[in-house]
Amino acid sequence: MQLAVWTYEGPPHVGAMRVATAMEKLHYVLHAPQGDTYADLLFTMIERRGKRPPVTYTTFEARDLGKDTAQIFQDAAREAVARFNPQAIIVGASCTAELIQDDPAGLSEAMNLPCPVIPLELPSYQRKENWGASETFYQIVRSLADKTVLREPREGRPARANILGPTALGFRHRDDLVEIRKILALLGVEVNLVAPLGATPEDITRIGHADFNIVLYPEIADEAARWLEKTFDQPAVRTVPIGVGATRSFIADVAELAGADPTPALGDTSSRLPWWSRSVDSTYLTSKRVFIFGDATHAVAAARIAREELGFEVCGLGCYAREFARDVRAEAARCGIEALITDDHLAVEDAIAAAAPELVLGTQMERHIAKRLGIPCAVISAPVHVQDFPARHSPQMGFEGANVIFDTWVHPLVMGLEEHLLTMFREDFEFSDEAGASHHAAHSPRKAAPQAVSEAPVADIPVPAAEMALDADTLWTAEASRELKKIPFFVRGKAKRNTENFAAAEGRSQIDLETLYDAKAHYAR
Amino acid sequence: MSALDILDGCAAEIARDDQTPATATARPVLRERGQREVFCGLTGIIWLHRKMQDAFFLVVGSRTCAHLLQSAAGVMIFAEPRFATAIMEERDLAGMVDAQDELDRVVNRLLERRPDIRTLFLVGSCPSEVIKLDLAKAAQRLGAVHMPRVRILNYSGSGIETTFTQGEDACLSALVPVMPASAPDAAKQLLIVGSLPDIVEDQFLRILAQLGIDKVGVLPARNARDLPEIGPNTRYLLAQPFLGETAMAIEGRGAQRLDALFPFGAEGTTSWLRAAAREFGVDEALFERVVAPGRERARIALSKLRPQLSGKRITFLPDSQLEVPLARFLQEELGMELVEVGTPYLHRAHLARELEHFGPDVRISEGQHLDRQLDRVRADRPDITVCGLGLANPLEGEGLTTKWAIELVFSPIHGFDQAADLAELFARPLRRRDLLEV
Repeated sequence: MQLAVWTYEGPPHVGAMRVATAMEKLHYVLHAPQGDTYADLLFTMIERRGKRPPVTYTTFEARDLGKDTAQIFQDAAREAVARFNPQAIIVGASCTAELIQDDPAGLSEAMNLPCPVIPLELPSYQRKENWGASETFYQIVRSLADKTVLREPREGRPARANILGPTALGFRHRDDLVEIRKILALLGVEVNLVAPLGATPEDITRIGHADFNIVLYPEIADEAARWLEKTFDQPAVRTVPIGVGATRSFIADVAELAGADPTPALGDTSSRLPWWSRSVDSTYLTSKRVFIFGDATHAVAAARIAREELGFEVCGLGCYAREFARDVRAEAARCGIEALITDDHLAVEDAIAAAAPELVLGTQMERHIAKRLGIPCAVISAPVHVQDFPARHSPQMGFEGANVIFDTWVHPLVMGLEEHLLTMFREDFEFSDEAGASHHAAHSPRKAAPQAVSEAPVADIPVPAAEMALDADTLWTAEASRELKKIPFFVRGKAKRNTENFAAAEGRSQIDLETLYDAKAHYAR
Repeated sequence: MSALDILDGCAAEIARDDQTPATATARPVLRERGQREVFCGLTGIIWLHRKMQDAFFLVVGSRTCAHLLQSAAGVMIFAEPRFATAIMEERDLAGMVDAQDELDRVVNRLLERRPDIRTLFLVGSCPSEVIKLDLAKAAQRLGAVHMPRVRILNYSGSGIETTFTQGEDACLSALVPVMPASAPDAAKQLLIVGSLPDIVEDQFLRILAQLGIDKVGVLPARNARDLPEIGPNTRYLLAQPFLGETAMAIEGRGAQRLDALFPFGAEGTTSWLRAAAREFGVDEALFERVVAPGRERARIALSKLRPQLSGKRITFLPDSQLEVPLARFLQEELGMELVEVGTPYLHRAHLARELEHFGPDVRISEGQHLDRQLDRVRADRPDITVCGLGLANPLEGEGLTTKWAIELVFSPIHGFDQAADLAELFARPLRRRDLLEV
């Protein structure tokens, strides 16, 4: 048993729902008790979809157990097919139905339904949401793809690509897709199919027509792409175009497979990140310490952008998906740090507190952690929140995605000149710590909230804020303490930690003014 | 297609109910069975863990349970909630480890980390019920170790047994056996049953004190280790209409229920307070003097909202079991027309007085077959449909105005001074619909 307060991923059948809800004319018959219908609200409330997810829940009760749950499944499947008239259905079990072993696959096979039935085996007690989405998409592709398809020769026609991976409830999938289509249009590449988002089961049958695949979200599409590679001899572009550098590589990769000229796409004049980053006012961004956590794809991309395109220092990097831990470890090694691979958000909170970053790039979980610690934050990855579905176009991919990322990451920070003013005039009453960045009231850090520390976390995680408070009482002289408070809040944590480490290393039993400035000199960069 | 065609066409029985108490007219109830779009009983934890400040709720379940709790909470409550999930994994199910040992380990660790916990609820879920993990046994065993510091209780919030607010019913039922017994010769005392927002609870206690009824207990108490006494001298008032099991447990301890309307709106609240006043021999003149100001305030406040709601047609989809008393309030005090009142479960005895107010044209449905019910909504086209979060936007997308039912559970809506707030919850979506020009 694992003790959890919040989870980064839902169960695997929620992943299957993300695929089913993204597609058209596909229906999901889910053997599940009442209550599992909560998952509908993820789509209707968080993503604000105006349609119910295409899911029929069989809704069995305690009194049905051991009697007619199989019959309930068959009735629900028959009714769903009659009412919604789908081109295909997927069938499976949620965690509870998995235990009663009704075998939805066998049951539906015996029913001679008038449409293809794709059975799903999603082990709820071993796997999670992203794996469920990936497996579902793979099974759909495998079952429906027409294997007799012969691609006509390339001569005299544009290259054709499948775009694989976007789903419902994905982080900015809707907008990323627009950017990818733009790039492909500039390269003269035809889109054979986008899947799962917007695809019908009939569309999937034509998947073999494409010359190659573009794997936008490996967490969801990699498994299917590998099968397509084997079956149809379709190579895959696996570069995820998040960031300017990655977008350039992506364009080069696609151009090579398509035999196209990359110049028009590479010359996109709306790519502003490079100049915005070189502009002198951005100098203050240099070596800002960032902590990055998310799904593997977005976390790795964020680390590269942080290092290579904004000049940040990555002081923490991790992901919650063990399946993709290798990529994250490799990127962490390039940053000279150790990757944090965990799905325990309390461990992440502890790591953030210990790293004392100036900016957190994470999921909704890290947004809350950062809020509590008073650190600026931007969201870069699922799990998502209603705020991650903005009304405006807000991609992460392509050059426009990089523009969006520049704004999103830089805005929460205290700006260059303001940073200097804060340092120079600490005692100005309007520059109180609580005020935070003057242009961004919503992100104002609060005083370390006492209730946040008094309610001890559940897992075996010490509460760093409480520890710090204790040390400060015994270690710091009153004078040094006052001087420390003159350091702006966004670097004070780091200054304090460095000074204390320095004092410990030097064997000084007390931190006075001298120690504080000796430490400052010691850590000068 | 008229609604009646659909009624005839569906397979559900339309039954005359033999168990209806003599006070209620026997009326047909459309009983349905099929997909239900409702929360399971675990969802009650979201308000119960805030109501009982010394209690912690540990769900023994799956990743789905944990995901439900964080999704139903809407925005995650990041001030360390007093609930968590012990997520069962493959090795717990495959018998590689003993689930009871694992539970001991998790509970011991939890109690070590949270010395502030005085009552721990082990909450059963669908998977724990299906594998017959005996949480009563676990509560007993762990209780023996941790009492007196921590009392350990258990109940089931599983979706195979409980619907949404029935989770609170199950939780309170678990508290009844540990309520201290009152002395056999103790004076008559009142017990209010059902969790209310603190502000509403305080209002009721103030009014009851003014009536001279000052031995009043509340279940759940804000401190779960400070439960009120109970015994044959106890008279209880239900503050919520979804507490059938709790009522039975309470009566098992000798207490008697005071029959009244539920305290929604001026009339409901008056009826509810009057039931207590009568039982405790409060003088009619005193009752009038104490109750009149609040009732008048409620009437004045409601009169401002009545023009917006009067004549508007409303359908309730089954959700919290609050549907019947709320429908009565909206019809009687705001002049709304009831099209369909759906409820997950119709407690005929507790709701008898409420149902007396419904005319023969009001369609009452119990249980759910979601797609058929949505067909009826589309045929009826009510002015407003009360439904769960999964359905609200899709119905809005079809041009039907909706009210999220969950807000009715999470807002202070009982009593005189909340009557207009309650009406406003229904008026606002209609006003917004008229306001928007996009």
